[in-house]
Amino acid sequence: MSISEQYIQDKSFETNEQVASSQPEEVFSKDLHGLREKYWKKPSSIWPLLQIAPFIVALVVNFVFPTVQDVSMLPYRIFLVAVITFLMGAYVLTFINRKIKIITNHKSQFYFAVGIVLIMWDVSTTKSNFFPLPFFPSLAQILQVMVEDYQSLLISTLYSLRLLVFGFAIGTVLGLTTGVLIGWYKQWNYWLFPIIKVIGIVPAIAWIPVAMFIFPSSFYTEVFLIVICVWFPVAFMTSNGILGIQKSYFEAAKTLGGNERFLIFKVAIPGAMPSIFVGIYTAISLSFATLVISEMIGAVAGLGWYINWAKSWSNYAKVFASIIVMAIVFSFVMSVIFKIRDRVLIWQKGLLK
Amino acid sequence: MAKGVVKMTVSSVTQKLGAIDVEHVGRTYTDANGNRIEALQDVSINIRPGEFISLIGPSGCGKTTLLRLIAGLDKPQAGELFLDSERIKGTNHERGLVFQQSNLFPWETIENNISAGLKARKVYKERKQEIAHYIQIAGLKGFERSYPHQVSGGMAQRASLVRALINDPKVLLLDEPLGALDSFTRIELQNKLLELWYERGTTMVLVTHDVDEAIYLSDRIVIMTPRPGKIEEVVEVKLPRPRARNDASFIALRSEILEKLHLVSSTKQIEYYL
Repeated sequence: MSISEQYIQDKSFETNEQVASSQPEEVFSKDLHGLREKYWKKPSSIWPLLQIAPFIVALVVNFVFPTVQDVSMLPYRIFLVAVITFLMGAYVLTFINRKIKIITNHKSQFYFAVGIVLIMWDVSTTKSNFFPLPFFPSLAQILQVMVEDYQSLLISTLYSLRLLVFGFAIGTVLGLTTGVLIGWYKQWNYWLFPIIKVIGIVPAIAWIPVAMFIFPSSFYTEVFLIVICVWFPVAFMTSNGILGIQKSYFEAAKTLGGNERFLIFKVAIPGAMPSIFVGIYTAISLSFATLVISEMIGAVAGLGWYINWAKSWSNYAKVFASIIVMAIVFSFVMSVIFKIRDRVLIWQKGLLK
Repeated sequence: MAKGVVKMTVSSVTQKLGAIDVEHVGRTYTDANGNRIEALQDVSINIRPGEFISLIGPSGCGKTTLLRLIAGLDKPQAGELFLDSERIKGTNHERGLVFQQSNLFPWETIENNISAGLKARKVYKERKQEIAHYIQIAGLKGFERSYPHQVSGGMAQRASLVRALINDPKVLLLDEPLGALDSFTRIELQNKLLELWYERGTTMVLVTHDVDEAIYLSDRIVIMTPRPGKIEEVVEVKLPRPRARNDASFIALRSEILEKLHLVSSTKQIEYYL
């Protein structure tokens, strides 16, 4: 915002209706500008169309060349057709929507490369056996396994998600509570902070042997491990965040008549939120790792368990299938957390730049 | 003059008090190097209800310390402070404070910042229909949902002014609230401050570096000296309101005060000529 704009805004209480009505448009153009900054690839009329080509080639290659491995091609072909339809749809929409145009244009080179990789993958596996089975399955085989074994994959995914939600929710609540206590009260800080500091350094999975004899079932053991790995980073970053808040905000709250409760809930916690989300971000990455490892060891279901089980049958297509599902599920969880963070920290937008 | 009359009647009708008595107050700090610093030594002053008073002096003279003692953010080591004969213990919404930086909560919108005092005192439900009025006073209509960093310095400072005023304080303590603003916005806000003072008759205690600002606004100016922080002199400003900055008596008073601040010393000049 330039100085003259600021001055106009400052004086705008005399003509505030005009300013208010002109705001949405300004925001919209700023949004597009932001988009161009984020999606910086040069506008091109060729790439958005060209990106579809390798997928069509992949489909043709798959049909034309003889297959030397024992694999069902239908899921792979449906997948390719789906991708082609999606990209074509996106291309059509570029003529209608400017936002879609900018994003499609930016990503087209990457999708093009993905298409090339798919061709090479298919040719070097099902078409030539250049990469031998069972260690290097084709995408066709991975997709086939996903379709055929979707029930156990789905159940495993739900098991893992349930574990993650329970462990993460309990860990975050405990982390926030201890974080506020040690960030706000000197006594709590004195007694708890050293413990948090020491225990927090130990990876949660080190507790597996201990947890296994404390808890009655493998589910509780796994929840415990995730709670451990969420609790400490969240607690640490919460207390850190509270201690880092400018004193004058607390003073302002006091002179406005705020009691301790107001100071904690309206100043300390909101002020520490940016730091709390750093803790949550660390915690979620740790808990993904802990989840997979703990499931590999004692669980009866779950994506980690699925990998381990498939490995014992030397079914590497299933291992890869599980990895792909994990990638999708974990990035979904991650994006939900980012969405929540953006919502909670909306006041920071434009403040840090 | 007419505005002055209005002010008299309003303050007499509402019967709002706001007298501050500072009695023999002393406050010593220990700095990072372990040195003892006497921020205030045996300071006494009686501030009348509805008065506009300025504390002025070089940095380190204890004017901000005195303000923080009145606000209840700090405790005196010697002496006592009273608001309407009641001893000041801790902070209270009756003594509102406006800081040098706007100090609005960055995580709350302008509207929520302004209404924070109502929530803090748990009177939000009863009084929330007044919020719009205060937003109007601050000239922030249309910016209710903006965050503090999205508005200009002047707007933020107006918001923090009404954030304190919404609590109907008996005393408004102003810690160089206009110090960080450009001179144009500064003058605009000085007039806003006067306007609010005329309307409400709130006792105003202003800490400032700016002699012009002190003369333009105050009934009395307290000149303080550093090491140890003490009251040097209290100057009554008898100029009629509204005041003009280029008025001869205004300028004369300015040089008189500057003289007392030892920034312009006529005695030294005379020595020079001799």
